[in-house]
Amino acid sequence: MSLRKPAKDQPESFEFNASSLEEANHIVAKYPKGKQQSAVMALLYIAQRQNNNWIPLAAMKYIAKFLDMPYIKVYEVATFYTMYNLSPVGKYFVQVCTTTPCMIRGANKLVEACKEKISENECELSSDKSCSWMEVECLGACVTAPMMQINDDYYEDLDKEKTSEILDKILNGETPKPGSYRGRINNEPENNRKTLTDLKNA
Amino acid sequence: MLKLKVNDIDVEVEEGLTVLQACEKAGVEIPRFCYHEKLSIAGNCRMCLVEMEKSPKPIASCAMPAAEGMNIKTNTSLVEKARKGVMEFLLANHPLDCPVCDQGGECDLQDQSMFYGVDKSRFKENKRAVPEKNMGPLIKTQMTRCIHCTRCVRFATEVAGVPELGAIGRGEDMQITTYLEQSMQSELSANVVDLCPVGALTSKPYVFEARPWELKKTETIDVMDAIGSNIRVDTYDWEVKRVLPIINEDINEEWISDKTRYACDGLLHQRLDTPYIKYNGKFEKASWLEVYKIIKSKLENTSKEKVSGFVGDLTNMETAYIFKEFFDRTVETDNYESRSDNRYINTSKRENYLFNSTINGIEEADLILLLGTNPRYEATILNARIRKSYLNNNTKIVSLNDCGDLTYPYESLDGQTKTIKEIIEDAHILSKEIESAKKPMIIIGESLLRLENSKYLFDNLKDFLNKKNKFSDDWNPLNILSCDAATVGNFDLGVLNNKINLIEDLKSNKFEIVFLIGQDNLNFVKKNEFVIYQGSHGDKGAECADIILPGSAYTEQDGYYTNLEGKIQKAFKASYPPGDAKEDWQIINELAEFMNNRKLFNDKEELYSSMLNYLKLQSEKQTEHNNNNWNSDFNNENLKIEIKDYYFSNVVAKSSKTMIKCNNAKMNLKSTGTEG
Repeated sequence: MSLRKPAKDQPESFEFNASSLEEANHIVAKYPKGKQQSAVMALLYIAQRQNNNWIPLAAMKYIAKFLDMPYIKVYEVATFYTMYNLSPVGKYFVQVCTTTPCMIRGANKLVEACKEKISENECELSSDKSCSWMEVECLGACVTAPMMQINDDYYEDLDKEKTSEILDKILNGETPKPGSYRGRINNEPENNRKTLTDLKNA
Repeated sequence: MLKLKVNDIDVEVEEGLTVLQACEKAGVEIPRFCYHEKLSIAGNCRMCLVEMEKSPKPIASCAMPAAEGMNIKTNTSLVEKARKGVMEFLLANHPLDCPVCDQGGECDLQDQSMFYGVDKSRFKENKRAVPEKNMGPLIKTQMTRCIHCTRCVRFATEVAGVPELGAIGRGEDMQITTYLEQSMQSELSANVVDLCPVGALTSKPYVFEARPWELKKTETIDVMDAIGSNIRVDTYDWEVKRVLPIINEDINEEWISDKTRYACDGLLHQRLDTPYIKYNGKFEKASWLEVYKIIKSKLENTSKEKVSGFVGDLTNMETAYIFKEFFDRTVETDNYESRSDNRYINTSKRENYLFNSTINGIEEADLILLLGTNPRYEATILNARIRKSYLNNNTKIVSLNDCGDLTYPYESLDGQTKTIKEIIEDAHILSKEIESAKKPMIIIGESLLRLENSKYLFDNLKDFLNKKNKFSDDWNPLNILSCDAATVGNFDLGVLNNKINLIEDLKSNKFEIVFLIGQDNLNFVKKNEFVIYQGSHGDKGAECADIILPGSAYTEQDGYYTNLEGKIQKAFKASYPPGDAKEDWQIINELAEFMNNRKLFNDKEELYSSMLNYLKLQSEKQTEHNNNNWNSDFNNENLKIEIKDYYFSNVVAKSSKTMIKCNNAKMNLKSTGTEG
């Protein structure tokens, strides 16, 4: 991984919309007076959600003024954490887990599908600019590996075909159903339970 | 007091100190990169690891508070192994470019790798390469060399008060940069060059100029402002290559302003190197003998009331004193003046023109009131102290005017002198606050003293503070912030005339001979006066002169300067004046000898002792104050702070190319609107 730089094309201005503003004020109010700067991470996330999954420089400036802190401090935080996107990622942001359990279960096939359907390189927008993908570290759903995350939802128990179907759908602007693609409910074992069978509600 | 052991030596330290400070007290040197006495503790370089009894791992001594009964070991094999390990990590990504690095020879990393470095690298991968950053015209960056100590970031945030530097990214990709790579908006910015323990931030104007061991080092005094910062002038041959701060806790701590540091290239340009005589509007080279002859005949053929002398802002006290003696004894007139404007000074007592609370006193003050001054530009180092006071004690600061960003928050009033009147008359909220404050400070700038009502304001402010019993043996709340290095020294020597207004007389062309000693700030339209200019640089004064006497700059002659607190300090000769130029006192002495066949002083020693004697006598006797041309009435005025352009405030700075670049960078930032 290398240093993430802010995108070249930056919007002129940024402002919280009504709902973001309400949420931001709610978070700032949690901190004691004079310590509002503690809210910077939450506010960056709110800005990212409002602005199609990425944070423009204008938003960092806006947040710095909002919390009365130096621009560079907000910039430091935004460049430190990898989950803040500093350049556009499209309406659908696909994160494919390639950490060991997923890798063993064939995460590379998912990456192949992404390369075919979305773009040759990771962190690159698709031709219609609606979508991009990147490899990430463990997303904590090893039990349903391999998996990927699209915006806020997990898509689990995938293989190359199923991934391609999902990607086709999002490229058409549809939102596919999240969850396991082998029919599992949450993290239950396949083919019924094998332990604690004598307990009814376990 | 805490008792602990360092290498079996017993030490006692105050509570709140760190293990590193305790080790220093025991005389044990601890290697460090990120730790700095004047900055907050970061603890991220790990070089200061020491062994502590009962701790399974070595501890970072800079961040560990000293505690009772600690047993610290710094000379064990564990410590050495740990430090070697840290050093190996630091060197893993550090380029091997010491031969082409400006820091070479005075580099902390280089020095410490001599003790803890491993001769072979186990790092087979490619070294990290980091793009250079733009940090303005003074700081050259070579960020590949950076070891992420964050001293520069902490300096900018804490001392300079411009939080523009930061560390972006993380881990191996961490980079130090200014926000969007703009130049740093601080007058203290170049101190990060000294702070940088490696060659990541080096001095741009000094790039590849010299190696530290080739330079002759002279410890002397700065004259760019009235603070009198202690500096070290490094010269190569006769050229001043660079200026560095030296530590004086009472004055500049460890910092100097960018002007102090970088105006020194002005000493190489626009110099007057030989006497000149103006014939038909054109300057022609002349010999000393010729110019002395002309001056002699002119002075002899002019009545003494028609002769006037003006002493400039960078003139040392010896020159001012011998000039005064020359006028008193040879010309026999007291038409001399060191002010370049009409400002009120009550010389009856020395405390009337000094910064009485002292610079150290700022840290004790609990209320600071700025009247007609912008300390950020008039006295940068002093401003840093006010900021320090604000950070440590949350001192309340009030300014009569809104002076923009002073690097600390302050309350600004309306800028009308009637507000001061209200304060004096107990009709303002601040009157109560001054009364209840234990150590209030009122800092009066030269802009206020230039007002028509300045006598009224100054005298009544003093009375007001007297009434409230604010003057005590250890606290004097009334401060005058002088702007120029020579100001206080000249007042001490009595180089001013309160009987007649020489500036007005000069402007109405009443004089026939005008003798300027390094005085370039007089705005007068020359008519038929015969102007003699003695100074180091060809500027406004030399331009209107009929005769030019080439003198020396502050680095080229020994000379005393009194700083705004009244501390007398000696500047030492670091190099030689160019060409035929002479030391200033010598010129006057020779001129006097030429006129009367008798030197004023046999040698410089005699001049010193005579001057110091005069100062002693002056401080003992209270002179009769005569200030008839100042009215004591009051009518409201709008106080406007007039400050000279920071980067061009004197002839040396005006001749400096670096200062021009600084000014351009500032203008550029303003015009693109990316500032603030």
